[in-house]
Amino acid sequence: MKLLKVMASAALVLTLAASASADKSKIVMEGSTTVLPIAQAAAEAYMDKNADVNITVRGGGSGVGISSLMDSTCDIGNSSRPIKGSEIAGALVKGVDPKANVIAMDGIVVIVNPANGVSALSKKQVKQIYTGEINDWSKVGGTPGKIVVVSRDTSSGTYEAFGTLALEGAKVRPDALLQASNQAVATTVAQTANGIGYIGLGYVTSSVKALTLNGVDCSKATVLNASYPYSRPLFMYTNGKPQGEIKKFIGWLLSADGQKLVEAQGFVPLK
Amino acid sequence: MATAFSSLLFLLGIIIVLFNEGLPIFKDIGIIRFIFGMSWYPTHVPPEYGIFPVIAGSFIVTLGAMFIAVPLGMGSALYIHEMASEKQRNILKPVVELLGGIPSIIFGFFGMVIIAPFLQSVLKIPTGLCAFTGMVVLGIMAIPVVCSIAEDALSFVPRSYREASYALGGNRWQTLIRVVIPAAGSGISTAIILGISRVIGETMTVLMVTGGAAMIPKSIFDPVRPMTSTIAAEMGEAAMGSPHYHSLFAIGLILFLITLVFNVVAEIISRKYRIKLGLDV
Repeated sequence: MKLLKVMASAALVLTLAASASADKSKIVMEGSTTVLPIAQAAAEAYMDKNADVNITVRGGGSGVGISSLMDSTCDIGNSSRPIKGSEIAGALVKGVDPKANVIAMDGIVVIVNPANGVSALSKKQVKQIYTGEINDWSKVGGTPGKIVVVSRDTSSGTYEAFGTLALEGAKVRPDALLQASNQAVATTVAQTANGIGYIGLGYVTSSVKALTLNGVDCSKATVLNASYPYSRPLFMYTNGKPQGEIKKFIGWLLSADGQKLVEAQGFVPLK
Repeated sequence: MATAFSSLLFLLGIIIVLFNEGLPIFKDIGIIRFIFGMSWYPTHVPPEYGIFPVIAGSFIVTLGAMFIAVPLGMGSALYIHEMASEKQRNILKPVVELLGGIPSIIFGFFGMVIIAPFLQSVLKIPTGLCAFTGMVVLGIMAIPVVCSIAEDALSFVPRSYREASYALGGNRWQTLIRVVIPAAGSGISTAIILGISRVIGETMTVLMVTGGAAMIPKSIFDPVRPMTSTIAAEMGEAAMGSPHYHSLFAIGLILFLITLVFNVVAEIISRKYRIKLGLDV
């Protein structure tokens, strides 16, 4: 009886393993939570058109995506920031040659709670709030109250991009609440009356209020003509130039259909 | 026998990896600057690896959680063991065990989505994601641990102690306070120490609920970042072999040593207590 059970389970496992690997090419994408909605929507649409491809998408942050690409545990590393020199060096040591593929544009939007009276800030004010020089909403024209600063943790590409574009390399204040994803920042600011945070354009919903920055609102037009101060490209990093199924997938994403999907997710297409 | 030794093998393996991957950062930076440095900015240029605020975060949240877990856990244990009727005991004991079986991610989720906004509006604090919320949720998670071990301790107190107390004219309350609890004292200390171990190692809940600010809080309503959530949040992106990677392993090493010390102390106390009561020779 026991032998029968063992044989039955072995047969089951072998069948499952066989069907899983039978004839399906796999693509594993990992990394940026900003690129995540684009990646997920693209994966679904692509798999609908191509039944022999299996695409998995994971989040974790741009740093995680690049790190996984270096360790060859994913095929495409999604990133909302450019790869760092130290990461390229580390990758080459492991035999991985990261190549950037720009798939969309994005604007980092500074958000506050909808109940907040403030609608516009200058770049300087944002920097002062995030580095700890300004602590109260009354200093920037709002009702008095301690500013609750929400930021992202270190694996976030959005955090790195914000650090370069908005903070110009300064340290984020130590009492900032560090959240793990764009969605977590949006949720926290939506629930905190005195909160301020930053998210990718695609994550802006009616539960948060987007601020005008230096007089410019974030939109497709202002990101494409670079008048919005916090515009940035979104990347998919591959090991070497994309080949085979990965090349077809990225090619599709850069085509008119793919870019329409990017726009539907709330981000900015390349044209 | 091989399976019994496999635990020893895994433990040794973990210790070896922790030391191997964690010690390089001490060579780079020096133990004192690492442990007592006040500034944790591992991805800044130049990076800063000071984990004192992170250690303080762990300790503060643990201490606060025990302030909640110990009275509630002890009280439950006393009630369930000494005063509950058979019917009540049959309901309460499984309920406490059930509370202890709930996965910590559910506590974290519950804490982030329900308890934090609730505390934020009731206490008028700037944000509900703070040390206090962490203390509340972790305190609730530690209650079953404290309760079940304290209850075991109480049941080990021999009947003869109680009967002697009654014979000398003590009433139920006096017997409880003056005889039973002191006799079970070591077991109760074990319960508290194991509760502390549980709380200090808790990861998912603190990651979601305590706010994630690596600084020493000025009030319990400030956000903090315990050791466990620092490791969990940053491990994914730390490139293998980089100083950031080694520093995270070093934090893990320190956390491991702290829990080791607590567990050893609990074991010593509990053995002393069993000898005292004549249950071990």
